[in-house]
Amino acid sequence: MTLTHTASESTAAELSRRSFLRAGVAASGGLLLSVSLPFATRDSAAAASGSFEPNAFIQIGGDNRIVLTMPYVEMGQGTYTSIPMLIAEELEVDLKQVHLEHAPPNDKLYANPLLGVQATGNSNAMRGAWLPMRKAGAAAKTMLVAAAAKRWDVDPASCRAQNGEVHHAASGRSLAYGALAADAALIPVPDNVKLKSPADFKLIGTPAKRLDTPSKINGTAAYGIDARPTGVKIATLAQSPVFGGRVKRVDDAAAKAVNGVRQIVQLDDAVAVVADHMGAAKKGLAALQIEWDEGPHAKLATADIARELETATTKPGAVAQNVGDADKAMTSAATKIDATYQLPFLAHATMEPMNCTVHVRPDGCEIWVGTQAITRVQAAAAKALGMPPDRVVVHNHLIGGGFGRRLEADGVVRAVEIARQVDAPVKVIWTREEDVQHDMYRPYWLDRISVGLDAAGKPVAWNNRFAGSSVIARWAPPAFRNGLDPDTTEGAIDLVYDIPNFHVEYVRVEPPGIPTAFWRSVGPSHNVFVTESVIDEMAAAAKQDPLDYRRALLGKSPRAKAVLELAAQKAGWGDKLPERHGRGISLQFVFGSYLAQVAEVEVGKDGAVRVRRVVCAMDCGSVVNPDTVQAQLQSGINFGVTAALYGEITLKDGRVGQSNFDSYQMLRIDQAPAIEVHIVKSSEPPGGMGETGTSGSVPAIANAIFAATGKRLRKMPVDPALLKQA
Amino acid sequence: MPFQLTINGASHSVDADGDTPLLWVLRDVLGMTGTKFGCGMALCGACTVHLDDTAVRSCITTIDSVGESKITTIEAVGTTPAGKKIQQAWLDHEVPQCGYCQSGQIMSASALLASKPQPTDADIDDAMSGNICRCGTYVRIREAIKQAAQSGG
Repeated sequence: MTLTHTASESTAAELSRRSFLRAGVAASGGLLLSVSLPFATRDSAAAASGSFEPNAFIQIGGDNRIVLTMPYVEMGQGTYTSIPMLIAEELEVDLKQVHLEHAPPNDKLYANPLLGVQATGNSNAMRGAWLPMRKAGAAAKTMLVAAAAKRWDVDPASCRAQNGEVHHAASGRSLAYGALAADAALIPVPDNVKLKSPADFKLIGTPAKRLDTPSKINGTAAYGIDARPTGVKIATLAQSPVFGGRVKRVDDAAAKAVNGVRQIVQLDDAVAVVADHMGAAKKGLAALQIEWDEGPHAKLATADIARELETATTKPGAVAQNVGDADKAMTSAATKIDATYQLPFLAHATMEPMNCTVHVRPDGCEIWVGTQAITRVQAAAAKALGMPPDRVVVHNHLIGGGFGRRLEADGVVRAVEIARQVDAPVKVIWTREEDVQHDMYRPYWLDRISVGLDAAGKPVAWNNRFAGSSVIARWAPPAFRNGLDPDTTEGAIDLVYDIPNFHVEYVRVEPPGIPTAFWRSVGPSHNVFVTESVIDEMAAAAKQDPLDYRRALLGKSPRAKAVLELAAQKAGWGDKLPERHGRGISLQFVFGSYLAQVAEVEVGKDGAVRVRRVVCAMDCGSVVNPDTVQAQLQSGINFGVTAALYGEITLKDGRVGQSNFDSYQMLRIDQAPAIEVHIVKSSEPPGGMGETGTSGSVPAIANAIFAATGKRLRKMPVDPALLKQA
Repeated sequence: MPFQLTINGASHSVDADGDTPLLWVLRDVLGMTGTKFGCGMALCGACTVHLDDTAVRSCITTIDSVGESKITTIEAVGTTPAGKKIQQAWLDHEVPQCGYCQSGQIMSASALLASKPQPTDADIDDAMSGNICRCGTYVRIREAIKQAAQSGG
């Protein structure tokens, strides 16, 4: 996970040839280019020492096949199409000629280099790959041209690469890349390759068809849950309903009597039923009598956690950003707003429930899973088994929804614990209830915020102190420094607005027993909601239009201003709406992209909120695949609508109060808004895409509800009871 | 006593308890993994298959309730006229993202189109609101169904 948000800009300077690209002869005899993408290696000791750690490989074989092995994983965000587009563009080949392979840690060729660097998250795939992948493609093209020129004994400048071939116009000769690959492998990697000018792009910026779509419409796409190694048994499990609880006693007689049940596996804090099929496993699970020792969190409730966070915000935290003197400026403010904002725990609820197939043998272990972090999975399994990592083979699969959930290895460790007691491969499938009740949750957040306005309504002071869990502190401890990490504060600091005195503090508070994790749009899922709600409150206090109010504060942010104005114009900002309908704006610069959204809501007399339409305008720099950008915004926005209207995991007596899609609701098609996406043309480096829609839609909805009803919702999800017409 | 099930035109003898949901027979016993597990309670539609021409949730359809009905799954829905149109529209509109729910979406949409060749928005809401897509591909699902309805054949 790259933790720097301006990766693309900074990588340009860092990418010397030596640090990112090497060439050699592929095992197949063709050209092999090894690429070191700026990725999780940024913080590693190896990166610091300047050693070469490739994590992507491009092979050009004698058969003209171009095979890309890369560390990013496809979870619906289109990466399997957009990254090959970068190579195909500069290499001058058809996109169809580029074949993708999962990066398998067991493959001798790739095993070592890929370790420790593979994770897909934080919307960073395209940001990290933009320059290196294009440079790798351009370098390969230059080497192939040089190989052809050498063979023909002509000046390379008189040759031209096109459509997977090198041509020499003067003599009318041409050779396919495959025929040149072996020779090209012996040519030194060029020091400086010239990248194509955006005006010459044939592929980048066009709506390329996704390479993974055909398999996803006919049932052939293989997700982790579809793995069926020979002799596989199916298991399902019950984990302690209270986090931190233990199994006290199990009566498994009835479960064992179920037709098809083969074995009951008892762990410290879980019991699994192993069977011939999931039907029998579930029946067996229902027949188990388990007595739990509920442990220290047996009385825990959401309100306890909220209270602890609230108390934490009364004490100083780590200063995330300070500009000017907010305390002093506040004393002279004409108007003050003091507010407390709260966001709930959220589950990921990926459509593919947690699952992992494991075969533990005396000499090693094989794992079939869909993961965003393959080497983390390998390391965790190795640790659980007391084996060296190279004994653990991980077969990665397509991911039936990641959203951060599959950056974690907990499900793999669970499956390993069960599988080591089973003399066969075993596929551990969590029921939806287990998936919801034993997720690792988006943290609960509480912000205490004060802002001051001058007599004209302009902001003079901003003081925000917020408390909650730091996922980074657990997931990537070195990145948590001086009480801060870059994810937790993203969207709370470095605002696009001109605010002369600005002070933000963070207090890390880990909820007792409740595991937290990254959740689509991570830190900004919290911070953009608070920031954009408060800006809206300021506009209201200043008795100004929310659009005009924001616009006046964007002197330093022309790109933000442009998306704001475009979204407002396309949404018909200011046009009359029926009673109890309203429009709300949000504006953000996170994940390296600018996004403005205008949500239009209707609030029923009973307080029920319907999001009718969302119009957004995005400037994410250079667009690789505009269709993917549109798809990701549609997706991210609906993810945010779900969170705003329904998303809440609550705790009572240490137990999660939600269990399946009846109690943890998802947005459905009959409630889904019309979504319009407008993309601002830009030649800036690409920004992240996959998560942006989510963070911005929640405040846009809350602000629209304010416009419709005059009720300011400072706590999510929307509570219809507060919105009933009097 | 084994159950005889006709799936995608082929007859299968399945030896499992009668109350076993069809979903697990398809996936775990017969190895047809295109039909997906999402909730186990007919709340999400990921497991949708056709029983004769009707879309049903295979996670709550027990094998002893199937009787003589013919089962069609995502693996063979493309052989039906409506299924073929829906799959093509799904490709044209690039509907899938993670893709996990799309087997069920396509089965529900195919059954809709077979019974209502020109569905209205309200028909689409009715037929498709039982299918959750966590990636939120709803805008494209709606567009794709409308395109499929307009395509000839």
